[in-house]
Parts: sequence; structure tokens; C-alpha cells
Amino acid sequence: MAPPALDSLPAPLRSLRLKTKQQELLLRVSALALIYVLAFAVRLFSVLRYESMIHEFDPYFNYRTTLFLTENGFSEFWNWFDSESWYPLGRVVGGTLFPGLMVTAALLHRLLRALSLAVHIREVCVLTAPFFAANTTLVAYAFGREIWDSGAGLVAAALIAIVPGYISRSVAGSYDNEGVAIFALLLTFYLFVRAVNTGSLAWALASAFGYFYMVSAWGGYVFIINLIPLYVLVLLVTGRYSQRLYVAYNCMYVLGMLLAMQIRFVGFQHVQSGEHMAAMGVFFLLQVFFFLDWVQYLLNDARLFKSFLRITLTCVITVGALALGIGTASGYISPWTGRFYSLLDPTYAKDHIPIIASVSEHQPTAWSSFMFDFHILLFLFPAGLYFCFKRLSDATIFIVMYGLTSMYFAGVMVRLILVAAPAVCLISAIAASATIKNLTTLIRTKSRSPQTTSGKTTGSKAAAKGAVDQSLPFQHNAAIALLLGAFYLLSRYAIHCTWVTSEAYSSPSIVLAARGHNGGRVIFDDYREAYYWLRQNTPPDAKIMSWWDYGYQITAMGNRTVIVDNNTWNNTHIATVGRAMSSYEDEAYEIMQSLDVNYVLVVFGGVTGYSSDDINKFLWMVRIGGGVFPVIKEPDYLVNGEYRIDKGAAPKMLNCLMYKLCYYRFGELTTEYGKPPGYDRVRGVEIGNKDIKLEYLEEAFTTSNWIVRIYKVKPPKNRS
Amino acid sequence: MLPLSLRTLATRTLLLLVIASAVSCSSLPPEDGIRVVSAEKRIDLTGPIVKVFLTLKVENAPTASEASRVLLAFTPTEVQHLSIVKATRAEGKHKKKAFVPLSIEASELATTAPDAPRLYSVLLSTPLKPGDATTLEVLYMLTHSLEPFPAEISQSESQLVYYRDSAVLLSPYHVLEQVTYIKMPSNRIESFTRVDPTTRAGSEVKYGTYNNQMPNSYLPILVHYENNRPFAVVEELVRKVEISHWGNIQITEQYKLKHGGARHKGVFSRLEYQSRPSVSGASSFKNLLVRLPPRVHSVYYRDEIGNISSSHLRTDSHKSELEIEPRYPLFGGWHCTFTVGYGLPLQDFVFESVDGRRYINLTFGCPLLDTVVDDLTVKTSYSYLDVVGRTTVVLKKKNVVGEHNVPFQVYYEFNPIFMLAEPLMLISAVLLFFVAFIAYLHMDLSIRKSS
Repeated sequence: MAPPALDSLPAPLRSLRLKTKQQELLLRVSALALIYVLAFAVRLFSVLRYESMIHEFDPYFNYRTTLFLTENGFSEFWNWFDSESWYPLGRVVGGTLFPGLMVTAALLHRLLRALSLAVHIREVCVLTAPFFAANTTLVAYAFGREIWDSGAGLVAAALIAIVPGYISRSVAGSYDNEGVAIFALLLTFYLFVRAVNTGSLAWALASAFGYFYMVSAWGGYVFIINLIPLYVLVLLVTGRYSQRLYVAYNCMYVLGMLLAMQIRFVGFQHVQSGEHMAAMGVFFLLQVFFFLDWVQYLLNDARLFKSFLRITLTCVITVGALALGIGTASGYISPWTGRFYSLLDPTYAKDHIPIIASVSEHQPTAWSSFMFDFHILLFLFPAGLYFCFKRLSDATIFIVMYGLTSMYFAGVMVRLILVAAPAVCLISAIAASATIKNLTTLIRTKSRSPQTTSGKTTGSKAAAKGAVDQSLPFQHNAAIALLLGAFYLLSRYAIHCTWVTSEAYSSPSIVLAARGHNGGRVIFDDYREAYYWLRQNTPPDAKIMSWWDYGYQITAMGNRTVIVDNNTWNNTHIATVGRAMSSYEDEAYEIMQSLDVNYVLVVFGGVTGYSSDDINKFLWMVRIGGGVFPVIKEPDYLVNGEYRIDKGAAPKMLNCLMYKLCYYRFGELTTEYGKPPGYDRVRGVEIGNKDIKLEYLEEAFTTSNWIVRIYKVKPPKNRS
Repeated sequence: MLPLSLRTLATRTLLLLVIASAVSCSSLPPEDGIRVVSAEKRIDLTGPIVKVFLTLKVENAPTASEASRVLLAFTPTEVQHLSIVKATRAEGKHKKKAFVPLSIEASELATTAPDAPRLYSVLLSTPLKPGDATTLEVLYMLTHSLEPFPAEISQSESQLVYYRDSAVLLSPYHVLEQVTYIKMPSNRIESFTRVDPTTRAGSEVKYGTYNNQMPNSYLPILVHYENNRPFAVVEELVRKVEISHWGNIQITEQYKLKHGGARHKGVFSRLEYQSRPSVSGASSFKNLLVRLPPRVHSVYYRDEIGNISSSHLRTDSHKSELEIEPRYPLFGGWHCTFTVGYGLPLQDFVFESVDGRRYINLTFGCPLLDTVVDDLTVKTSYSYLDVVGRTTVVLKKKNVVGEHNVPFQVYYEFNPIFMLAEPLMLISAVLLFFVAFIAYLHMDLSIRKSS
């Protein structure tokens, strides 16, 4: 293994060299191990502060399906028709989800069981995201080493371990697809870049499998299957085409496609839908390119080749355009989906798909949240781009493209900051590592030069540095100052990340915590109170109607059938619920009867001041309902374009089902000292309709802080 | 690797006194000459469990032979709900008077009719000589014997229940003189059957004195009164005890709780419940007390969907009290399941017996106060991080009340050397990992030498 160059060195020096190599390995391994532990540990705030529980909305669905998978086995899971959601339609779960996350967690669970560690599947689910975040640091290290050097790799691992943009989606308990998908995404990219760099079939194969894992885990795989062809195209255009690229892309695309088609949710979309066409186009283009290359080599005549090129290109473009045109026209190639459009055009969703626009994480990103999620990386990023351009290679081109495209998408949608985070970390790591390396070499050569002036080690390079030293006398001090500054910035980054994690991203959002009068912590556990009440005290086949946000939680925690849930696959069904919520009680009753609804659940924050309640979401229900049923008109609920709930509110607003259910008997309650009864603490006004009578529904349960209210739909009256 | 071949010698030292299963019955007159001289029956109806205290003065006829047992009679319905019967006998005179506990067994006299009284015999420690008299104190408890009427109530109503019994003592013997007292929780008594002489004083109704009742006489009475005490019923309780010889006993208790009173009907208004707690939901309950041993640690209280954040633990040197609040107040017919778990120090409960075996000494029954447990399972096992199966002793019992909280022991053999198995396993795993790593670093796995 020892490089032959060592043989020329004297014996004592050789042993020293080996020792430093070992020391370096030890340092690297221990640094990586520490980073690994750090990445895991920093995500445990929520477990320590609250408990080991699943967070938010979507993770509850993932948890429920994982539970099903561990209890019933894979084939049952794959063929699962879930009649508990989207009543009366149901949902083919096996064919409409990305199973990667559930299968991963179930396998981890099985592994731990095999090691006779009796852990509950919930603990595995809670810790899956931190575990994969820790693994991501290792991938980031390898990736950084591949595109720059191992120093940059280490810095990248350290940065990505605590970057808030990633932590926001991977704290313990946020058991969501993104948790494993970012790992898979970065792994695929790393393996692909590695394949391009080496031209090795093995790495390309590995990247195809990485891609398969990504496809199985998250819909964001579309980003990979568009970025990689784009990258290949850029390499072709910039004249960096090589055999290595040809091998890497063809193997990765063909195998990756075949593997991806095994996922039922993707299936033939991978060759038929518009989003995947770019990859296929580049695949054919690469073949043409290769063919032309070959022909040029055979012909060995520039003039002849030129005319050949002209004919071939015309043919290829005509055939390609024809195929695309016929495919699109015949419906064989499906057009782009709304989500894809809304990525390319940020205003699209607002005008066309209110259901996408209504989700807060689909909003365009504010500058402050970039700062919040990236901190100093935002400044290191351009510097890193500079370094990348300075040392342009296939790998740096890739990371630059990844960085720029993902930054654009992060600007379009808040949640896509997550995708940008690894790229930003890697590019910033290049900047940080390269800067620090330059500075330290400056300091070291300066301090070493007086001692080893005649030594072999200081070659012509050191002499050149010495010359520079003389021209810039303060360079040494400046370097030290800059180094200190860099460390100061990095330590600020660490502090910021810890603070953000602890303050902003570690709340489960099921359990709410507030400060009491005496400074103690008050826990609002109303959601679980209501869900558990549903689970225990309603008939097992009861159908619950609520706004779709709570669907997953009701099925997972309440174990009851819901009308709509967070899957949002059927806009009409959601609009029907929106229509019921915004109609008068008697009209709503007819809709509820047609849907066999037994209970209606609303979330109300007027007593506690919990602002993300149904009254604040109500306009979206009106909009989504009105989008399908023109009976519902948004202006009916507004007064001069203003959304009000007090005495001056629109009459339709004051009498619609949602208003009635939220404020039923609220007018008798004094919420705040010195305010009239019926004072809504979220909106800060006294409600406009205090005398609410319910005819077709009755109050079945209200939680201790009134956050969740459940009403029972009365059976139809007997005919008299 | 871990020879956990424990030959568990689960000696059930506790002989549960009552088995509410098949009880043979008889209407045959007893052959001995026993008769009841005076009987006093005090029925305590203040709680959800009916407690009956019987004081029987029995006398053996001078002509008869020695009697070694006294029979108690219950109706078939009572037997179904009978949770526990205890009897003591007063011995000695005046100041030296002491109550000696007696054992009771289901009488094996032949069955004749389905609704004939079922008999239990109290085995006397010393036989009753002809002509002698003695006093027996009997306590028995009936669960699920208060029938809510109306069966469904709304939030603002209070809970009324029926209690059915007999004015005279049901006995296979001739009863010379007898009184029955019924104690109710409040003055609100809707109605009670009159069997003269019957008098009511406040919350107490007195039946009797009745003289010269024939054997097996029965005068049905019905009392309808208000009882707002929490009717907490644990439908199923599974207690798991895991002994780790590294110093901990982990106990996990899974409860399936139900409000067994009148069913809640119609609206549940949080506003009413919060603003008028005395009137609204009078029969509902929102917290329960769990009595745990002292020095309890790592207590948790959770259910299928996570921690329940409302509980308080108070500990002192004699006991620990855990006050738990279910997620929501329990109204009639509402259910709630939860798990309570805690650790106990090993040295407090596991001892070494004289013959070298070890035994664990724990309390049977349910640590929840004032509740009926319909179905109780206690599972005891030891070891942790096991690689072979664990032997488990399972005790099952139906219809359990607080009086069943008595100590029980499980004896087993255990070699302390096996305590080392688990750390050794971990050590060897870590060691293997390091050896593999060292080996990897020292090996050249490439197929051809790099040049």
C-alpha cells in the first residue's frame, strides 16, 4: 500500500510519515464520529422537552402505515385498501404512497428486535429522521471529499449536521418522507458524481440504487431526474462530454428508471409524464452524440461530417418533436402536474389550485427565513461558488448547478429550503475550508520558514511564499485576524443553529406549551384529549368530518373514519367539506347526511389565543369550496373585502356552520378579565353572534381549553 | 448462552378465599342443630361496591352433635357478583376477646334447583360443642349490584341507583332475631320497600327487628337512592412484573377503565362543566388515586397515543400516591385506557429464602383505590436483554376489589453468576466491533497491488 515515493526517504522519517497518516485518520474518524453524534443529538430537543412522540400532521399517516406494515407484513401493506379515510371513496394506500420511509423504519425495527432489543415501533419512527440526518453527514463528508478535498468534506459534514433548514424537517418525531429522502438525495448525487468522475459502472449502478431508494421515499425524486439530465446537457454544451459521463448517465438512467417503475405510485409515469421527459430526451441525445462522435471518427473528413451532422440533427429533431407532439396530443404523455407548474411559476398555484396555495409551507420564501435557516451560509454560498468556478471540474459544475437550481426552488416554496440545504452546506464548506486552508498555510509557511530555510521540504513554493511575505508585511497578522474572524463566524453559526433548533423546530405542534402566570409551563394537550375521546367513546364505525388538516391525526390517534385528509387527492371531496362548513346549518345537514357524517370536529383557539384554528383557515374553505361549487361565493363572507367575526360581520358569516360550531355557547364565557363575555382572544374582538342555536347537531365533547370541539350529528327526525 | 432454565415454583401462598365460579348449592336442611340466635346485617351502600357486615350469634342445639362449620347462604345473583367473603370468630371473653380469621369454602352440598340459595361454609377453628354459642363476624362485598335507574342521565342530573336485597337474612338456619340496616350516602332516598317494622333515620333505613324466621326465608326489598360516588370499573387490568437482578423491578399496569354508572346521554357541555362543577356532571369523575409502594421511581402514565400530562406523585416513607387524571372527565359509560408503569428497588421486594431460593413479595390486586376490577392478570417474569425465552408466572382472577390487595410470593431459583451474562454479551459485541475494525485497517483487500 505504501507509496513508492516513501522509499526514497530515510527510515526514521518514513515511520514518522506513517504515524502522521494514522494520526490524520484518527483525527478524521473521531471528528466524523463526533459530528455523527452531534447531528443525532441536536435533534433530540423535542424528546427531552416533550416526549417521544410523532409530530405534526403527515407523520401521523406515516406512523399509522408503518404500524400497519409491522403488524400485517409487506404484502398486506402493499395491497392495503384503507376504508378509514376519504369516506365513502377510500384510499388505495399501497398504490398512493412512497413506501421507502415505512419500509426503512420497519426494517430497523425488525433489526433491533433481532438483536433482542424490545423497542416499540413508535420509538423507531421517532428516531428515524435523526438517524438518517446523522447518516447524511457521512454522505456529505464523502461528497465534499469527492468535489474538493477531505477538509471540505469534514466542514460540509459539520455544517450539514446542524443547518436549521435541514433540522426543521428532521428533528426526532418528525417522521416524514423528507427525513430519509434528503439522505437518499445526497447519496444519489454523490454516487452519480463519483460515477462521472471514475467512469465506473459499479458506481453508476450504486447511484441507480440510490435513486431507487429516493424514488421509494419521496416525490422530490423528480428533482433528481431533472437535475441530472440538465447537468449532462450542460456538460455536453460546454464540451466536457466524455466516455465516463456516457457510462454513468446511461447506466444510472436505464437502471434507475426500471427500478423506479417498481414503485406503484410512480409506475409508468416514469416514462409517460411530462416531468420525466427531460431525462428521456437527454438519454436519446446522448446516444445521438455518441453516434455522431463515432461517425466523425470513422469519416475523418470535416466537410462530409458536417453535412452528415446536418441531416442527422434535422432527422432527430423532427422525430423527437413529432414523438413528443403525438404523445402529448394522444394523451400518452401526460402534461405537467399543478405542483410542478407551481414550482416553475410561483403565481400559478394562487390562481389555479387554492388547495396547494392554502398550505403555509407552499408559500414563497421570505428573506428572513433564508437568513433564519442558513445564517452565515448565505454569505459563504457565493464565496463557495467563486471557488468552484475557479477550480472548474465535472464535480464542481454539478454542485454549482445543484446549488443554483435548488436555491431557486427554495425561493419559490418554503419547504424546498430543505432541498437546497445540502447544496448550500457543501458549497459553503468549500468556501470555508478553502479560505481556512489558505490562511493556515500562510501562517505555517511564515512561522516555519526561519527554522527550515535549508530543509528539503520547503521547495520553490515556499520560496515564492517568502517573496510574497516580503511584499506584504502585515500578511501574517492579517491572516491570523481573518482566521479568528472565520472561527467567530462559525461559532456564531453553531450558536444560532442550536438556538433555532431549540426554539423554533422542536415543538411537536400536537402538544402546545405556554408560560403560565407564575412562569411555569402550561401544557395544552387538547388535541390528544379530543382524539382519545373519539377513540374511546364513539362507535368504531363513526365518520368524522373535519377540515382536511386534521384527517391524518384523527385516523391515527382517534382511529376513526374521516371524510377528507391531508392526502388531498380529491379536490371535489375536499370542496364538499368546505361547502358544508360554509353553508347554513340546514344545507350543511343535507351534505353531512349524504356523506354519513356522525361527528363534526372543529379547532377553535378563541379561548386560549391559539391562532392556527379553523376560523383563521375558514376563508380557504370558502375558496376551495367555491372553486368547485359556485353557490359558495367568497364576497358573501366578507364586509368590504374585510374578514370579520364581530357584530359588523357579514350575515352569511355569522350563520354558517363553521361559525356556529366554533362559537356555540362561547358568548356565555368570559375569556379575559375586563373584557365582555364572548371575547375572542385570537381575533381580539367580541363575537358578533352570541345566541347560537343548533338544530341538527349537538355538542358532544369540548376539550378542557376549548381548542377542539366535537359535535354529534343528530339522526333525521321521524316523519310525523 | 444464558441458561434461564428457572424451575419456577410458583407457590400461591395466598389462597384466594372466594372463587366465584361454579358453586355447588343445596336446599337440603343442614343436619346439625345450629340456629341463629341473633343476626345483624349492616349494608353499606355509600360507594360503588356494596359492603355487607353480618354479625351472627349462632348456637348449637344441646341434642345435636359437634358442629365444625356454619353455613352462609347467598342468592345465585349475589354469588355472581360476590367478590370476597371474610369471616372472623370472636374468641375469649371481654378484654381478652380476639377475632380469629376463619377459612371459608364453597359448600359441596348437592344442587337441586337453579334458583336455590348457594351455600358457603365457614370452617370453625374449634368445633362448636352441643349447647354452646359463638359470634361470627362476616364481611362480604358485592360488585355491580347497584343498578342505575334511570339508566341514562344527562349532564345536569344526579345518578340514582336501585339496590335489591332481602329484609330478612337469607340463611339455611332458623333465625330467632334479626335486624337489617342500610346506609346510604345522602339523604336523597327516592323510595324503599316497607316491610314492617321499617324506619328511616336520615340516610339510614332500618328493617326489623324480625323474630322467628324460618330457614331460607326471603323478603325482597328495593331501595332507590342517589349515589354520585365514582363508579370506576377497571374492565381489564394486566400487571406485568419484570425482575432485573441488577437492582430494579419494573411494573407495568395496563388499565381498561370504564365509568360503570348511569350512561351519559345527550350533550356534554364544557361550559356547564367548568362553570358549575357541583351540579354539572355530579356522578362523573376526573381523577383517581393510585397507591404505590414507597421508594417508587421512574413513574410514567401514558396511553396508546402518548404521555398524559396530568398527574401528580406524592411520596413519603410509607407509601407513594399517584394522582392520575384521565385525558377527559369520565361520564357514565365512557371508556379510557391507559398504562401506568414504575420501577421499584430490588432489595425491597426480592429476598432469599432459607433454602437458598429467591422469592419476590408483591401485592396482589389493583393499586387503584375504590375500584372494581373485572378481570385481573398478574404476570411475573425476570431478566432483561434476554436471548432465550423468559419463564412467566401468570395469575388470573376475576372480580377483584381493594380487599384483595394482599401480599403474594413467587419462589424461583437463580444463580447470580448469570447476572454477568448481559454485560459480557455487550462487552464481547463491542470488542468484536473493534477487532473487526483493527483487522480491516491492517488488511489489504485490493485484488491487485496498486502501483
